Amino acid sequence: MMEKMIFGRFIPGDSFIHRLDPRSKLLFVLGFIIIVFLANNTITYALLLAFTFLVILVSRIRLYFLVNGLKPVLILMIFTFLLHLFFTQEGNLLWEWRFINIYEEGLRQGIYISVRFLVLVFMTTVLTLTTSPISITDGLETLLDPFKKVKLPVHELALMMSIALRFIPTLMDETDKIMKAQMARGSDLSAGSLSQRLKAVVPLLVPLFVSAFKRAEDLATAMEVRGYRGGEGRTRYRQLKWDLEDTVALLSLVVLAGVLIYFRQ
Amino acid sequence: MSEILSFNHVTFSYAPEEGGRNAVEDVTFAVQQGEWIAVVGHNGSGKSTLAKLMSGLLFPQQGEVRFKHDVLTEENIWDIRSNIGIVFQNPDNQFVGTTVQDDVAFSLENNGVPYEEMVKRVQEALQQVKMEKFLNHEPHHLSGGQKQRVAIAGALAMQPQMLILDEATSMLDPQGRAEVLKTVQILREKIGLTVLSITHDLEEAMLADRILFMNEGKKFAQGTPAEIFALGDQLVEFGLDLPFAMKMTKLLQAQGVQLAGKHMTEEELVNDIWTSNFNK
Repeated sequence: MMEKMIFGRFIPGDSFIHRLDPRSKLLFVLGFIIIVFLANNTITYALLLAFTFLVILVSRIRLYFLVNGLKPVLILMIFTFLLHLFFTQEGNLLWEWRFINIYEEGLRQGIYISVRFLVLVFMTTVLTLTTSPISITDGLETLLDPFKKVKLPVHELALMMSIALRFIPTLMDETDKIMKAQMARGSDLSAGSLSQRLKAVVPLLVPLFVSAFKRAEDLATAMEVRGYRGGEGRTRYRQLKWDLEDTVALLSLVVLAGVLIYFRQ
Repeated sequence: MSEILSFNHVTFSYAPEEGGRNAVEDVTFAVQQGEWIAVVGHNGSGKSTLAKLMSGLLFPQQGEVRFKHDVLTEENIWDIRSNIGIVFQNPDNQFVGTTVQDDVAFSLENNGVPYEEMVKRVQEALQQVKMEKFLNHEPHHLSGGQKQRVAIAGALAMQPQMLILDEATSMLDPQGRAEVLKTVQILREKIGLTVLSITHDLEEAMLADRILFMNEGKKFAQGTPAEIFALGDQLVEFGLDLPFAMKMTKLLQAQGVQLAGKHMTEEELVNDIWTSNFNK
């Protein structure tokens, strides 16, 4: 199940979108989220959908892969669609059967909301699929830089995020090891009632926490010895480069906004 | 040769108020420029505390630690740290960056080295430990030995005058250990790096020019590897294992085989065994 879920995963590649600066991609998605709310009729929603598929095409992510990976989200989408379909009671009555009444407006609203949901999920997923988590962190750190003035610990947050990302595989390995060690001692993690299974997780979490704290302490020592004194006076090894391509990407968004404003009611 | 690091009657206790045992007691020694010195001792002998005192993670209650001619204090510790590289025991817990090159650049970033200079130094440092092909590898795709070599590269990038290995090979498999030690040996030949290795592996200590033998926080003995291993049974008494060749010699002697003794390496022992009948 975890393998199929692609929300938040990164697939390395070399498309136009992969090569974009993380800052422009983040701004792009943020801008897109705002622009989505400009759409309010069939033609504008159709335009949004077309634009999203264009972006997916450029990112060279296979549509099947995307849809398959987002199945749980799609179920949620269908649910919202049905909710709108059954409970909006405006416009002409289209279909009637016992207590179910489907109105024209309900159908329209259902489709609009679903499309809005779909383009938002697709766009953010394309962002995470084409940008490595560490690049996203770098991009966020630079974009949030002005907020340092209002005492937001931007550098510390970014460092925390990058260390967390770096330790995910390490702690996964560790969990695996502890699980095997507990299974060798006869603990059964996959059988029994829910409460029994929850109880079986405790002997897994305790050693994991202990070792995580030990690691944190070691890491802090290593960082201090290597001269870490906070963000002040630090230079950056990871350089972000804003190219013409990034400007083009953001301009395409401006064009989309213009077109939507023109066609909306 | 000049002194690079010296301990002068250093005493340290983790709990001085409660009258706890001194982790390090009245230790005096000096490391010369370009020297490889090994600090050996069993668990709890105070050797890891020595490493913390050297890097200013701890400060002694009595005595002083000097780097070159400066006494380590809270004020100058950051300058001194940029001259000392330390590699710790656990390969995973000292890997800060998400990829090899980020990790090597970490201390450079901390010290505000400009970007162009960083790129150059990261390359050079990785070439020195022969890890330049792994620039974009993530730590969980590297072996323990490789991670330790990256850690050494991270220290080298700062162009330190001294490298401290705090049990840096104790969590590695024999292959990884050999890899790391070979790297350190080559570095010493090439750039004349001063090395201080804290270890309980006597095979590793044998590579050093001088051994400092710690026991219960005190300096028990100090001398060349030959001098220290001549202590023989005393080493065993303090929980240290003799090198294989020496153990073998002892066992053979116990069996009545006539051997001259004093074999530091297996080669010496083998040579002695096959020539032992020539002199008769």
